[in-house]
Amino acid sequence: MRKLILPLLAAAFLAGAGSAARAHEGPELLHPGFSFEGVMGRYDPAALKRGFQVFHEVCSNCHSLNRVAYRSLAAIGLTPAQIKSLAAEREIQDGPNDEGQMFMRPGRPSDAYIPPFPNKQAAAAANGGAAPPDLSLMAKARKGGPNYIYSLMLGFEDTPPADVKIPDGKFYNTVFPGHAISMPPPIQDDVVTYADGTKATKEQITRDVVTFLNWAAEPELDERKSLGLEVLAFLAVLTALLYALKRQIWKDVH
Amino acid sequence: MSAYKTNNKVVAWIEERLPIFSMLQHSAVEYPTPRNLNYWWNFGSLAGFMLVVMILTGVFLVMNYTPNTHMAFESVDRIMRDVNYGWLLRYLHSNGASMFFILVYIHIMRGMYYGSYKAPRELLWWVGIAIYLAMMATGFLGYVLPWGQMSFWGATVITNLFSAIPVVGPHIVTWLWGGFSVGNPTLNRFFSLHYLFPFVIFALVFVHLWALHTVKSNNPLGIDVKSPQDTIPFHPYYTIKDLFGIGVFLMFYLSFVFFAPNFFGEPDNYIPANPMMTPPHIVPEWYYLPFYAILRSIPDKLGGVVAMFSAILVLLFLPWLDSSKVRSGKFRPIFKQLFWLFLADCFVLGWVGAQVPSPNVTLIGRFATVYYFAHFLVILPLLGKFEKARPLPASISAPVLKGGGMAAGAHAQPMEKA
Repeated sequence: MRKLILPLLAAAFLAGAGSAARAHEGPELLHPGFSFEGVMGRYDPAALKRGFQVFHEVCSNCHSLNRVAYRSLAAIGLTPAQIKSLAAEREIQDGPNDEGQMFMRPGRPSDAYIPPFPNKQAAAAANGGAAPPDLSLMAKARKGGPNYIYSLMLGFEDTPPADVKIPDGKFYNTVFPGHAISMPPPIQDDVVTYADGTKATKEQITRDVVTFLNWAAEPELDERKSLGLEVLAFLAVLTALLYALKRQIWKDVH
Repeated sequence: MSAYKTNNKVVAWIEERLPIFSMLQHSAVEYPTPRNLNYWWNFGSLAGFMLVVMILTGVFLVMNYTPNTHMAFESVDRIMRDVNYGWLLRYLHSNGASMFFILVYIHIMRGMYYGSYKAPRELLWWVGIAIYLAMMATGFLGYVLPWGQMSFWGATVITNLFSAIPVVGPHIVTWLWGGFSVGNPTLNRFFSLHYLFPFVIFALVFVHLWALHTVKSNNPLGIDVKSPQDTIPFHPYYTIKDLFGIGVFLMFYLSFVFFAPNFFGEPDNYIPANPMMTPPHIVPEWYYLPFYAILRSIPDKLGGVVAMFSAILVLLFLPWLDSSKVRSGKFRPIFKQLFWLFLADCFVLGWVGAQVPSPNVTLIGRFATVYYFAHFLVILPLLGKFEKARPLPASISAPVLKGGGMAAGAHAQPMEKA
């Protein structure tokens, strides 16, 4: 029994330290339960495609996705032709050419997702002074990850509580630190029309786009978990064999 | 030790010129090891295994990492997305740091419970502390390299500690930074040192093993080896036991790597470093938290820094602070209880270190800090004089071979479940 105390204490401590470091600030987050949670959890391919549609039609008008290349969208089921025409939708500055001139050209699959604004200052100027953050790593860069984004998207309220003063041009959000967010509520029912016939409620749209954003931050998740199961299954057998061998070698020592 | 014999001509040719085979035979095969080591003795070899994993994954990460403030964050992100199995390498390395500290903390606690620091193992203990200090430095330097928000602000806070030194403090900080704030020169030198230190640790591990093989392993009974009956050869008995331990440990370690790779991390470190924006709550990595709590418990900056470093350096004096002649806590009824109390105190300090400071938290932190030092400076020196130890068994083989019945009773069969 005593042998168990230290590991148990250590585990409790680590869990405590982890949650302690995570716990402060912010209200309770919604936990809608995503398909990619848990050991067996994987991305839902249909949700990824719908989520990308939401990002493409709604989010990408203001937010950049600088670390995701068009080519990597093949992983969520876009065909090479689709990727090519998608990349060409926006122009990007390139150059200098042989005459020494910078020029604009359509995007290519090898480009990172072309941002809506040429630089941070332009993005801030067009959005009331607050530049919309890049979304590539957002699902890993906030406490609560996907649950935080989900709660933030659905956390807008028209009338703030009496004791909260929201400056002009900002919006009340229950989850955002300080509650005054510069982003207007981006998602309403039917803000997109899904090709696969899924009913576009704002909860559904949010769930889909959060799934996509989590993929953008952790594109390796499916492969990581599948490989993990194989590795752990192998180790379980190997360790059992090593234990049997250990028993055999040690049997005449006692 | 038997003379090394071989029929292999190549082996004999090498052996004549460089006696590497006889050395291995002597140190890794025949090395007489107490027969009663329990599973707590696995953690030394596990830590050595982890060091190798860290060096190997680190060497491959460096092939794709760029130590420049404008590119470091992006290069790490590229490792995660575009390098083949880059995510695996990086998660093995970042979780590996936490694992390394878990293993070493258990290894240190093992030494403290069974009195492994006592004569003749004082230097072995000292080299161990040197390894631990080098690990702390390496871990800190490595955490700065991804150049996220917590990297930058952690580096700023920790290097600023040196400004508490009277007169020369601010100059030392400028010298450490290579400038007037944490910047590109800081990142470059931290990268250089982060690559250097693991090899220093590697060398220290050899000194640690050298000292170990000179004084031989302690054991759960804490009594000396008296006859060949008390020992068994390292191979195959402890090689297979260590291998089994590595199997169990790998399952624990890789569960985090594959299923919760950011469990030990801070979300803020996925935001690129921004010198113009301070995160609301700067916390160090979990393995520094108890010392961070001690630092913050002292109202004076210099006093806090001195207390923090003293908390580690006091371990150097442990062999002389503990006045008991009995090594193993198993035979010290009061020490045994106080050991667990001390461990609980360390956990309390760790918890305090992770909190946003508030009057209550600070008060708890101060009590825990006082108790931490009292354990070493008051309790251990006095306890040995007043505590009545239970009678020690005559030899290691006596209780083991007779299956108990000695004073040690139920506790004296550590191999029973092995």
